[in-house]
Amino acid sequence: MGLYFHSLSLHIKSRMAYKASFFLECLGQLLMGLELFLGVYFIMDRFGEVGGYTLRECALCCGVVLMASSLAECFGRGFDAFAHVLRDARFDRILVRPKPLMLQVLCAELRLNMLPRIAEAAVMIVWGAGAVRWTAWKAAVLALMVLGGAAVFFGLFILYAALCFFTLEGLEFMNIFTDGAREYGKYPFGVYGRGVLWLLTLLVPLALCQHWPMQYLLDRGPWWYGLLPLLAPVFLVPCTLAWRAGVRHYTSTGS
Amino acid sequence: MKKYFSFFKMRLMAGLQYRAAALAGLSTQFVWGGMEILLYRALWSAHPERFPMGVEALAAYIWLQQAFLTFFALWQWESELADAVRTGAVAYELTRPMDLYGMWFARALALRLSRGLLRSVPVLLLGAAVPAPWGLRLRVSPAVFGLFLVSSVLMLTVVCAFIMLVYALTFFLEDSRGIMMLGAPLADLLGGGIVPLPFLPAGLRRVAELSPFGSMQNVPLRIFGGDIAGAEIARAMGLQVFWAAALIAAGYAVMRAGLRRVCVAGG
Repeated sequence: MGLYFHSLSLHIKSRMAYKASFFLECLGQLLMGLELFLGVYFIMDRFGEVGGYTLRECALCCGVVLMASSLAECFGRGFDAFAHVLRDARFDRILVRPKPLMLQVLCAELRLNMLPRIAEAAVMIVWGAGAVRWTAWKAAVLALMVLGGAAVFFGLFILYAALCFFTLEGLEFMNIFTDGAREYGKYPFGVYGRGVLWLLTLLVPLALCQHWPMQYLLDRGPWWYGLLPLLAPVFLVPCTLAWRAGVRHYTSTGS
Repeated sequence: MKKYFSFFKMRLMAGLQYRAAALAGLSTQFVWGGMEILLYRALWSAHPERFPMGVEALAAYIWLQQAFLTFFALWQWESELADAVRTGAVAYELTRPMDLYGMWFARALALRLSRGLLRSVPVLLLGAAVPAPWGLRLRVSPAVFGLFLVSSVLMLTVVCAFIMLVYALTFFLEDSRGIMMLGAPLADLLGGGIVPLPFLPAGLRRVAELSPFGSMQNVPLRIFGGDIAGAEIARAMGLQVFWAAALIAAGYAVMRAGLRRVCVAGG
């Protein structure tokens, strides 16, 4: 753990060396989040509601998913850029060091430019919170949604890296779940129909942190829907197993 | 002209080599389009009277947009060219006995075509397999389809001319990432990438349709679906010609001014 914090501080120092490009990247990320929200806004402006949800309710939903994905991207980006690590045979160096593999990959990158997007997501959540009659219990559920969602996104990054062991290149179809889930998570997944909802409940359990607990927050579902985000981290188990299988399968590409 | 054509052919062949990547992109684009369709289907079933365009036209718009994404995706550009001034590679480019603008333009066009052509066919087929009214169907007359093709060529010209203007601006700014980072979301908004332009509020829609971004995917995609017809097509395509000419002229002028002052550090 100490090692991880040390590497975090190194990343912060190195990023601050190039302030202009850092702020530019931050701005780009902010605009991306804004674009996401504008997509919801224009549709709401015309239709008034989507699948029974109002603009504020969708903003809450959008904020939760954006924050979860940004948190995962901020800390788990090392896995996302893993194809390059494999191709340059940098993984060989990782293997010879006497430290846990996952920890080293985690330390390899920290995306500080996600911070403004996390703040932006917080603004969306705060604004969207007006749609909910709050209790202390509901606030806890909201935190669980964000953390559970971040765990699922993080699992997706690990899975992506694990697949890279077998394909040696980035797999574009994984974008469906990472970028796609962030994009389409701006509405509760139930809007897209039962098929999509169950797929995202049972296979990639993002709906456990979004659609179902949202029902509880909006007083449309039983209390135990609020506990479902606790199940989401289970998704990390198959992802970690896939990663292990990948490491066993690994043969160096370098010379 | 022959020089530019062979240069174009060379880049096209190089781009067509990445078949696996194209195949991988196929599933992504299909799912992406499918999610979009599911969303609009939910909206349609609740409030059909508030739809600003026909369902069939919207479905055609979404599928064509996914199939030809690389034709008009402004966030895809060649870092090799965008960085040419900063890295000094522009010096090599200038030694070639061709006009820099024409050469890079041919290159940009070839890149888009080669990325898009392979990807588009399977997405179009899958889109066509989706049941009506949410599938991709050709409903317009052959003459209008011809206009769609012409408009698509104009769209590619406008897109490449815009990218060329950005490349040319790097002669003065050195770093093009800033323009792209601000330009790409703006282009998405005004070009119909976030929602098709008819879904925008009236005032913003008007601005978007007149802007250069409105002369990109917006025009051919709406012609194909039959969303605009007759005089509207003529006006939209006229605007496309105007923006193509204006952007080429601007890019050419900026590049010439830039070339006069460019100073390459050797090493």
